[in-house]
Order: sequence, then C-alpha cells, then structure tokens
Amino acid sequence: MLKQISSVQQLIDIATQKDVPISQLILEYEQYVSDTNAETVLNHTRHILKTMYSAIEEGIHSKERSHTGLSGGDAYLYDKKGSLLEGVAAKALVNAIAASETNGRMGKIAACPTAGASGVTPGALFATADKLGKTHEDLVYPLLTASGIGVVINHRAFLAGALGGCQAEVGSAAAMTAGAIVELAGGSPRQVGQAAALAMKNLLGLPCDPVAGLVEVPCVKRNGMGALVALAAADLALAGVESTIPVDEVIDTMAKIGKDMPIGLKETATGGLAITPTALSLTEKILGS
Amino acid sequence: MSVSIFEIIGPVMIGPSSSHTAGAVRIGSLARRILGQTPEWANITLYGSFKATYRGHGTDKALTAGLLGMRPDDERIRGALALAEREGLKLNWILSDTEVEHANTARIQLGAKDKTITVQGSSLGGGRVAITSIDDFPVYVTGQAHTLITCHDDRPGMVAKVAQILANNQLNVGALNLSRRSKGDLALMVVETDEAIPATVKEELLSVPLVHRLVSIPFEMDW
Ligand code: SF4
Repeated sequence: MLKQISSVQQLIDIATQKDVPISQLILEYEQYVSDTNAETVLNHTRHILKTMYSAIEEGIHSKERSHTGLSGGDAYLYDKKGSLLEGVAAKALVNAIAASETNGRMGKIAACPTAGASGVTPGALFATADKLGKTHEDLVYPLLTASGIGVVINHRAFLAGALGGCQAEVGSAAAMTAGAIVELAGGSPRQVGQAAALAMKNLLGLPCDPVAGLVEVPCVKRNGMGALVALAAADLALAGVESTIPVDEVIDTMAKIGKDMPIGLKETATGGLAITPTALSLTEKILGS
Repeated sequence: MSVSIFEIIGPVMIGPSSSHTAGAVRIGSLARRILGQTPEWANITLYGSFKATYRGHGTDKALTAGLLGMRPDDERIRGALALAEREGLKLNWILSDTEVEHANTARIQLGAKDKTITVQGSSLGGGRVAITSIDDFPVYVTGQAHTLITCHDDRPGMVAKVAQILANNQLNVGALNLSRRSKGDLALMVVETDEAIPATVKEELLSVPLVHRLVSIPFEMDW
C-alpha cells in the first residue's frame, strides 16, 4: 500500500504493474492516511461529487449577479446562445462557468483544489460523463485519480494562487481533471499522466491577478477555459499523443515558475489584470464603498 | 507528511474563497472551541488581505459563522451577521494596517460570562488554517488532529503528569508543544493525539493539581 505519493510516475508504474487503475491506489492511500475504510472514502467522494453537480445546476439556471456585481449570469447566457462548440466542449465550458458563478455568489461548492478553481473539474467531468453515457457514480473513481494528481502537485509544487499564481490553481485543476477524464474514458495509467502533463504545460505561467483581490474576475471564465484545456489534453492523450516533457518535470517547473513569479502576480491584486485601468476603477467602486 | 486527498478535493464549502471564506469559518470555529463555550462578544481585528477583501469574500460573515459554531459548508454563513445579532453575539470589527506574517490573519478577542481569551489565526490556503497564538502564547493549532490544550503552572513534572495520564489511557501523542510566559509562571501546552480524548480522561487531567484549564478539540472530517 502507498503511504506517500511523491510522483505521478510512481502512480503509473505501480498501477501498470498491478494492472489496476490509479484510482485504486488512491483509494488505498486515503484509507491509510485517514485511518478509515474504503466505504467512508467513497462516500465522502460521492458527497463532493454531489456538491459539484448542484453547484453547476444552481449556476446554470441563475442570472443573478454576485454580491459585488463582478460576476454571474454568463453561464445562463452561454447556455442559451453558445453554439460553435456544440457538444461536450460547450457543455464543459458552461458547466465550469456555472459552478464558478455559484462560488462567486457564496453558494455551496467543493474546492478542487481551491474554491477559485472549483469549476474546472465538475465542468469537464460531468460533460464527459454525458458524452460517454456514464452515470454520476461512474465519476467517483476518476475523481480519486484527480485527487491523486493533486496530492503530487501539492507535494512537488503548490496549489494556491498566493504561492504559485493561477497555474497552481486552474493549471493544477486542469491537470487533475485531464487525468480523471482519461480514466473515465478507459485510458491507461500512462495516458492519465500524459493528459495531466499536456494540460498543465499549456497553463504554465498563468498569473493570479484577481480584480480587487476577489475570486471572480478573471477566475470565473478561467475556470471555463481550464475545463476546455483539460478536455483537449485528455482527448489527445487518449489518442496516444504524448507530452515530450514528462508530467513530474512539468510539475517541478511549474513550481519553479511560481517561485520566480513576481509577488504582484500572486493573488496580491497588484499586477496583471488587477491593475488594468478598468480593474482599478472597479476596485475603487467595490472596496471604496 | 502524507496529505489526505480531502485536503485537495474539498472542503465542501460556501464560496467564494477557500482561504478567505472557508478558512475564516475555521478560524472562528477554533476560537470558539478554545474558549470552550458560545461567545457572547468578540472584538475581531482583520489584517492583510483579510482586511483588504473581507467584504467581497464574506470573511466577516465567515468568521462570525465559525464563532456561532458553523462549518464551512453551512448555508447560514451568508446570513451570519444577522444571526449573530439575533443570538446576542456582540461583534466589534477593527481594521488594522499592521504588517503581519501571513496575508490572511485575524485576531479575535472573545468572551462569555467571566471568561476571556485572545486568539490569533491565519488562513494558509485551501481551507487550511493555523491558530498561532492563544493569550499571546505562541502555539500552532490546525484542527487537523485531535488536539488537547492545557494551561498550567510551570513546575517540574507537569508535562510528565499529563503525558502519563494519556499513556495510561492508550492515547498516543503525535506532537507536543510547550510555551510559557517566564520561568515558574503560566505555561500552555498543545498536544496532538492519534485518538480522540474521552471525557473521563479530560476529567482526570483536570484533576491534576496546578492544571487550570483544559480544552479538547476533537478532529472531524469536514469540520
Ligand atoms: S486568478 Fe487567482 S484567485 Fe482567481 S482562480 Fe486563478 S489563482 Fe484563483
């Protein structure tokens, strides 16, 4: 049984050797860490999934703006009008934005890995389940795989915008989700790792620059786009496309980029989008009142 | 240390920010539990990014919710300020420009009847928190383990007495931290145990001479 998870490669190797999905290893790991049984872990995971789903449902049907007025209503709008991406991509996009808007309205969500990035995983996972004719119960194990990738990122890098920029939040969420989608679609442990690498590579360097320091702009839409990256990465990996840079090296370099990133791009709202003229005047309006 | 997957996915919480909202609920909740009863009043000082963004993130509501005994996923968080008023919890907010070590920090002085304590805590990201001082004793209480806090006179053998009672009851100590004001003065001890501490053991500990106060904070998933 795994008592510590330090690399995605380690997960891939053991899962391949034992001929089990990565989620199986994570289930055993969590039983050890939390000193509990499999059913408790699975039930808690179900509880998280249920929360994710209701966050989407709540968000998609609401036109209401958040308390600050910075976000809300875009999922509703896109759900009614968006058409170019018709199908799983459009669904992932709208789901992720919806769940994020629920978060912005002080609704109930499941952090994954943070509240700010909590739309990515539900967004892409539930859309993929629809597309593949899977049930919500089928998502329980893939979500464990997502969490396993998150444990590695937490171990080798970080999962907070304040520490590593948005690449550590939406980037990590996309990597976790891409891996989960691969497992859901029946891909191999190796493909799970490839998908995570492909997703994270594409979001490296993303700053955390929320307007007025609030988890709304650009967070809500970034969740939508992050879900699309996760889907695309998973689809590539399932087709056998591989990342030239191995997943653990991508995670390590994410950590390095995060450390090198100026403090103004790490949730302090003193750089990036947060200091655009529009952001500054919004900030004054919201915080000045 | 091995991290639980539920620190990565989760907590289930009221948005919008795991550090400014969920973390704030937990800081309030730890303050309440360290006081050992429902507070009647609280003076809350916000520092750093807690101060800058508390309104947009509902940090004030979240801290209040924690003081009222709610968890991060409680739907009543949004209405916590009104609820506090109805339940007779008097709140006083102070915004401070003082520089603090952690960006998201709150100092809460709270009390009920004749009891008053001051705790300072920070939100560390992803809903994780740490109480870093209790009545100006430096501590590190995270709520992620079964925790026992004792306040006793600084005399030889006090730590051993407490440890012995825990050992006699098959309670394994995972971490122990001791601080005191000065030699022979009051000391504060924080003990993390692998198992929850039964009520009988608490009584036994409280009966040790020179142990003045004792707080036990059992760990629960999704607290
Ligand atoms: S911009 Fe910052 S606060 Fe917003 S989702 Fe990204 S990391 Fe989180």
